[in-house]
Amino acid sequence: MSWFKRQTEKIGEIAPPEERTVKTEGIFVKCDNEDCGATIYRKDLKENLNVCPTCGHHFRITAKERLHMLFDDGQYEERDSGIAPTDPLHFVDNSPYLDRLKKAQKATGLLDALVTGKGKLAGHEVVICAMEFNFIGGSMGSVVGEKITLAIEYCVEKRLPLIIVSCSGGARMQEGTLSLMQMAKISAALARLDDAGLPYISLLTNPTTGGVTASYAMLGDLNIAEPGAIIGFAGARVIEQTIRQKLPKGFQRSEFLLEHGMLDAVIDRRELRGFLADALAFTESNH
Amino acid sequence: MEIVDKVVQDEPMARVQLARHDKRPYALDFIERIFTDFHELHGDRKFMDDAAMVCGMARFHGQPVVVISHQKGRDVKERQARNFGMPKPDGYRKALRIMQLADKFNRPVFTLIDTPGAYPGIDAEERGQAEAIAVNLREMSRLKVPVIVTITGEGGSGGALAIGVGDSINILENGVYSVITPEGCAAILWKDAAMASRAASSLKLIATDLLKLGIVDAIIPEPEGGAHADWDEAARLLDHALQESLKRSQSHSVEERLEMRYRKFRLMGAVDGKL
Repeated sequence: MSWFKRQTEKIGEIAPPEERTVKTEGIFVKCDNEDCGATIYRKDLKENLNVCPTCGHHFRITAKERLHMLFDDGQYEERDSGIAPTDPLHFVDNSPYLDRLKKAQKATGLLDALVTGKGKLAGHEVVICAMEFNFIGGSMGSVVGEKITLAIEYCVEKRLPLIIVSCSGGARMQEGTLSLMQMAKISAALARLDDAGLPYISLLTNPTTGGVTASYAMLGDLNIAEPGAIIGFAGARVIEQTIRQKLPKGFQRSEFLLEHGMLDAVIDRRELRGFLADALAFTESNH
Repeated sequence: MEIVDKVVQDEPMARVQLARHDKRPYALDFIERIFTDFHELHGDRKFMDDAAMVCGMARFHGQPVVVISHQKGRDVKERQARNFGMPKPDGYRKALRIMQLADKFNRPVFTLIDTPGAYPGIDAEERGQAEAIAVNLREMSRLKVPVIVTITGEGGSGGALAIGVGDSINILENGVYSVITPEGCAAILWKDAAMASRAASSLKLIATDLLKLGIVDAIIPEPEGGAHADWDEAARLLDHALQESLKRSQSHSVEERLEMRYRKFRLMGAVDGKL
């Protein structure tokens, strides 16, 4: 073997000049808001609580990001994390429900579409339930119903305030009428929380529709929403098909609901912790 | 064997069609056969009187009660006036007002459910369709008086449940109760409303399935061929079941009744493999 033989592999083909680009994927993101479209440095977006610094558009965040953002120092203890979904109807559409569940579980690292956390917010002990939209559209089936009901019952027992962060397309079709019944189950539990004089703050985020809106999301002592969130009972497409008309601009957005008297306030995510701290201080007499 | 599978597959949609049958007895047809001295009470005292929801005081075998029901229309004109049995928020608020009236004077509540769903429209959204339904769910759970619920025809999702929280949940043999219409479900899952029959089968919305799932307590038989074939007989069978339900609910104290109502819904759902 010659002493000058190359010991290592040749350097790979050099890319032609027209293909030489700087890879920025993952470093920059484009604002979801079509009217804005600003290019945002990802780190800046994160530091701004996932709100576009240019237009104020609120990006959707995960349930865990939400809890991390709301609790003091991002610290909380997760509750009822082991409750898993089943397939009571043996529901089959294009793919079996169990496969959909497995896929969603793998994608999110969660067993179902809701995370419950207990911790402190501005020093107040509080239970917060946050919905995960990436899990089958944040749909409410038996697990979501059970976990919220357990959270409410825990609040009644320990005399704690409750915050639920909704982000959901509504009841989960694949669990049929059992999903529908979760609306009654949760609402009955909220009646007990109310009877106990304990506060419940409902935060509606983009989107909150269907059976979630028509039960716990609208039953807060305070109903507040993030700006620009779609909030409603019927889907826009269903309404358009029923009335055969185009819907007005801004229909079913947070600001539309505020104008029609359905919300106490629309709160920017960057002001949210401050608002909740004051609200919890206001209700503290009963905790 | 294939034929049998096909029949089983098509049974739910056949029941949906019976539940929607245009000769099926509607709430007022049942009310005039079962109750006496019925006086309709109108309006939510906030905005309007919703004709898709009929409420009133009446006597049930001599006992003063209130009746709360969806009401569909029989002919084109009445169908429009009744908005096809789809209440707006005002209908649900009227229903709650009358139920709370019953609670104040310690009179039992009967509700009869028969609706395609709550009305999906701009005005309904503006006036808070979701809020109206949600408040009914919460408030019905704490009515102190007996609340007897019966699905007589279509149990269309939240619009049905909004008068559906009670001590006994009965369903007529050909009634259905679902989170979404088969057509709506098919449109979402298969982008094809023609798959409604398959969706109806998947959704487990017929009486026998609902009983197995623990959602209803009892199935009320219908006359041969369905309730539309003999209204008097259908009403007689319903009357009999309502008497049973009322007797059971009235045998408990207020505290027991409220606890049992809470437990009933508390146990609904399937998690961790348990049902």
